[in-house]
Amino acid sequence: MSELAADAALPKAPRDIVPVLLPIALALAVLPLVGSTSSWVTLTVASLAMGMMIFIMASGLTLVFGLMDVLNFGHGAFIAVGAYVGTLVLVPLASWVQADSLLTNIAALLPAGLLAMAVSGALGAAFERVLILPVYGQHLKQILITMGGLIVAEQALYALWGPQLIPLPLPGALRGSFIIGDVAIAKYRVLAMAVGLVVFVATLLVLNRTKVGLLIRAGVENREMVEALGYRIRRLFLGVFMVGSALAGLGGVMWGLYREQVHASMGGDLMILIFIVVIIGGLGSVGGCFIGAILVAMVANYGGFLLPKLALVSNILLMVVILMWRPRGLYPVTNR
Amino acid sequence: MSDLLTLSGVHTHIGRYHILQGVDLIAREGRTTMLLGRNGAGKTTTLRTIMGLWPASAGTITLAGDRVDALSTPDIAARGIGYVPETMAVFSDLTVKENLVLAARSGPLDEDRLAWIFQFFPALKKFWLSRSGTLSGGQKQMLSIARAIVEPRKLLLIDEPTKGLAPAIVGALIDCLAEIKRRGATILLVEQNFRVAQELGDQVAVMDNGRIVHHGDMAALAADTALQEHFLGLSLEAHQ
Repeated sequence: MSELAADAALPKAPRDIVPVLLPIALALAVLPLVGSTSSWVTLTVASLAMGMMIFIMASGLTLVFGLMDVLNFGHGAFIAVGAYVGTLVLVPLASWVQADSLLTNIAALLPAGLLAMAVSGALGAAFERVLILPVYGQHLKQILITMGGLIVAEQALYALWGPQLIPLPLPGALRGSFIIGDVAIAKYRVLAMAVGLVVFVATLLVLNRTKVGLLIRAGVENREMVEALGYRIRRLFLGVFMVGSALAGLGGVMWGLYREQVHASMGGDLMILIFIVVIIGGLGSVGGCFIGAILVAMVANYGGFLLPKLALVSNILLMVVILMWRPRGLYPVTNR
Repeated sequence: MSDLLTLSGVHTHIGRYHILQGVDLIAREGRTTMLLGRNGAGKTTTLRTIMGLWPASAGTITLAGDRVDALSTPDIAARGIGYVPETMAVFSDLTVKENLVLAARSGPLDEDRLAWIFQFFPALKKFWLSRSGTLSGGQKQMLSIARAIVEPRKLLLIDEPTKGLAPAIVGALIDCLAEIKRRGATILLVEQNFRVAQELGDQVAVMDNGRIVHHGDMAALAADTALQEHFLGLSLEAHQ
């Protein structure tokens, strides 16, 4: 490939960076409205942390939407199950969680996150094989059956752990804030941003630097042609569904820690937000999903601070504005 | 020359429409078989049925003696078929290089073969790292064909490669397909352009209403204007 490697200097197609600039422009635009720089930094960090957590939960759904053309309203079940599994791991490790050492906290959080991902991923595999496989290509049935799956999962959690909120305290070392001048930045939000960035970068690396990633990107655009090249896209579907479910489970644990509580309907409650992110970002686009999640979180946080009465509808308004500007989302990948 | 691909009494239904109504077709090894006919005659459906994209509802399809009509599309492709659809179907979010990397199923891209492809399609080298969605229609067609030939294939199914392209690009495509043919490839080529069919075809099959209505040597059809009138002209009139 030496001859071709030399062509790396050839002009590439210009990248569409306008959507990337949107969160930056929005943050700068609200700075004079917020007034206090410290409040603005706190709100911006809160937005980024919330955005990262939503991204982790939504990234799998956008790929499932884009690649498999499946309207999975049951995605919230994986979030709730992940949160409960994380709680089940963290409760017996309470002494590690409450310790002031970050390393001890991480020793508790790591297995909680990994097990939540494993169980949600396995549940996702069963969900795909049992519920979704029979209704590929039938959107109305997909909505009905995945909604049904979500309800069954929620009711199973109610039956097992009851309807009450289950407290999930933040680990000792992640409580409180870093104080820089008069700016307070919550420690857990920094962790959430770091995990979100790791997931984002890892997803981009897999999608752009591996053959499996190429197949996923190609499959999102044209499943039929991927099969005509000799690849079994059904296996890819299952793999993507499992990874998407596992990420939702991880997001569930992180969201539970963020809110310091878990409850059976938390996944269903988050679904509207997640669907808005997926639609704003463009079906199948991980980059669009990332920017969409940050925008949604910014609008929720800035909107809640500046115009509390508007907070209830702010994300719907954001979606309307984005879709009027780009009807297929920020970075449309599929033709659907 | 042995028969590489054989379709016997193939029927295909798409929903409630009965598109292929008993297609009998042979593509001989090392030869180029042209599939001609008016729009809607069933040419594209024939190729898609061979690929398993629309499964045959009756009849048999054999490739090198083995039945393939019950196989899935990936299994059919893995038997050594390269497919160039009418829509080109390049992956527009992927670069030219990434499109070809995906098409090379058996391993890394073969540099010598790429150099050979670039002789015919230099634009692909020029835009190697560009997203294929930014290519022109002709360049996309080149990429679509390059994807099918990036590795040696037993059989190439090519659907209207010259459709909507500028004459200069059509010339490059003809040169490329002629060279592929000289290298001994077996090609089943759907084409509306009779001049292209004449230049490339060894055998010809004419379709109408989901059936093969004529099968023979391309040279014989090219030399016989009455026969052309009968099979191509007649079928046109019948649907005007």
